[in-house]
Amino acid sequence: MRPPVLEVIGLTVEFATDRGPLRAVDGVSFRVGAGETLAVVGESGCGKSVTSLAIMGLLPPGTRLGGAVRLLGEELLGQPGRAWQGRRGRDLAMIFQEPMTSLNPAFTAGEQVAEALRLHEGLAPRAAMDRAVEMLARVRIPEAARRARQYPHQLSGGMRQRVMIAMALACRPRLLIADEPTTALDVTVQAQILALLDELKRETGTAVVLITHDLGVVADHADRVAVMYAGRIAETAPADTLFARPEHPYTVGLLGAVPAIEGGAGRLASIEGTVPDLRRPPPGCRFAPRCPFAGRDCEAQPPLAEVGAGHAAACWRAPLDRMLAA
Amino acid sequence: MSATTAVPLRGESPARRAVRRFLRHRLAVFGLLVILLFVLAAVAAPLLAPADPLATSWSAIRKAPSAAHWFGTDENGRDVLSRVLFGARASLLAGVVSVLVALLVGVPVGLLAGLAGGWTDTIVSRIADAMLSVPFLILAIALAAFLGPALENAMLAIAITASPVFVRLARGMAMEARATDWAEAARALGNPPWRLGLVHVLPNIVPPLLVQATLAIAEAIIAEASLSFLGLGQQPPAPSWGSMLNAAQRFLTGAPWLAIFPGLAIFLVVLAFNLVGDGLRDALDPRSDRG
Repeated sequence: MRPPVLEVIGLTVEFATDRGPLRAVDGVSFRVGAGETLAVVGESGCGKSVTSLAIMGLLPPGTRLGGAVRLLGEELLGQPGRAWQGRRGRDLAMIFQEPMTSLNPAFTAGEQVAEALRLHEGLAPRAAMDRAVEMLARVRIPEAARRARQYPHQLSGGMRQRVMIAMALACRPRLLIADEPTTALDVTVQAQILALLDELKRETGTAVVLITHDLGVVADHADRVAVMYAGRIAETAPADTLFARPEHPYTVGLLGAVPAIEGGAGRLASIEGTVPDLRRPPPGCRFAPRCPFAGRDCEAQPPLAEVGAGHAAACWRAPLDRMLAA
Repeated sequence: MSATTAVPLRGESPARRAVRRFLRHRLAVFGLLVILLFVLAAVAAPLLAPADPLATSWSAIRKAPSAAHWFGTDENGRDVLSRVLFGARASLLAGVVSVLVALLVGVPVGLLAGLAGGWTDTIVSRIADAMLSVPFLILAIALAAFLGPALENAMLAIAITASPVFVRLARGMAMEARATDWAEAARALGNPPWRLGLVHVLPNIVPPLLVQATLAIAEAIIAEASLSFLGLGQQPPAPSWGSMLNAAQRFLTGAPWLAIFPGLAIFLVVLAFNLVGDGLRDALDPRSDRG
């Protein structure tokens, strides 16, 4: 069997802070195959962005990493920075949250897309620029040749995110990490950008890790979902299954917090309490302090256990329906 | 946001926009014209000067300005106009060369400190702080005296004295740039650290450096004049505005033109560079919305 494009096994990320070490990611595992979209969902601070930066090798020096990150079966952790640097932009690419500030103000859109090609494919400036214009056309930028000569301040937010996507995909990476790619955009533009990502993924077979806190986005664009809470994966399942049969109380809470169009004007459900301080995490299940079903046994850490086909939840109560029936 | 609708569709580069804004700044354009005039005077001095700046004449000592000698003659009977024209060479050369050297030294060091951080930054910053804690002219005089009296040594002394300003500016700007989203995106694209610094960060910090460099040229011209005045710069009999002032001080009441013309030249050039610097600052200010 061919190895998956990305395989993350027991990833831990620890930052040194003034008030002691902070384990932002604690034993996260997942895999993504070619042409597959994995959505990583969770609140701010749950470790989803840190996980993506760890995969890219972009965490600041001094960060302690553990576990394994394998790209096409090849281990990346522990490799010298140089090897990683050569892969960034070529095999691994990333789109950031803020299209307004993620482009260098001193260069034209075309120059920035061409840079990836010059860095990794050794193209001459002229040839790289021609390819860059092609890429801009592929991300559906009208009049790509003219737009390529414009500077970021002359482009709208949606347009800039398209340029970012063109930069990321210029060298046909095997893995694309999209860190909340549409959070900063208008809702109508959001839909266009996500549809574009889907389309390009189908064309190129790139594996996509979509970091988001928007469950609506997950439902429409992800094949699989990993729900993260306080640095750990709470639940992972195919997208349909997750929405139909969530098995972790946190997932249930998240789904309850999504406004439904037919739901009327009632109060949105919210999850009581706040995210734990990761310098002093609660023992055992990290969601226990906020969980309506928590009991004594939750003081031991629940394993991420299989509850169905491709469906696992880290909860002693899972599957929930069995417990509720009892 | 009106900015998105008012965006011109033709690609106007930041540099072209800055030029357009600069040209609207009247005083700055005036300053630029004055500078160009002095540069022309310095370059074409042999053609423009009515006499040899070194030729003495016993029959024309300390003559007041006249048709034959527009700016009068000095204590050795030399033509003051010719000496002011040739003196522009020393002053402009000293101003421009010393600031260029200061840029060449200060900017790479500052970039390195700002991007690398850690110990490199600590050591570089402390050295720069130590140099900045000594008044500009005092340090320049000390260095020039140590190196020995000569125009080249004065230029080197001024360059060394001016460099910590650029170290500090480049360091601060680089640290700011390092934390931006676009720097992160450039890293994600596989840029090695040196390329991040030279290709991505450097172009973004050019505007403030340019403004600072222009103002530093004005300062360097004054410093050169001061060093020459003290006998540490241009050596006699070669003309320099500073050394002309030095010679003139003995005759201030009897022959004020000896001091007035080189003094006026220094004043005009320094004013011009400052006006241009101010104009550049306004033209390059990213926060300014005036088209």
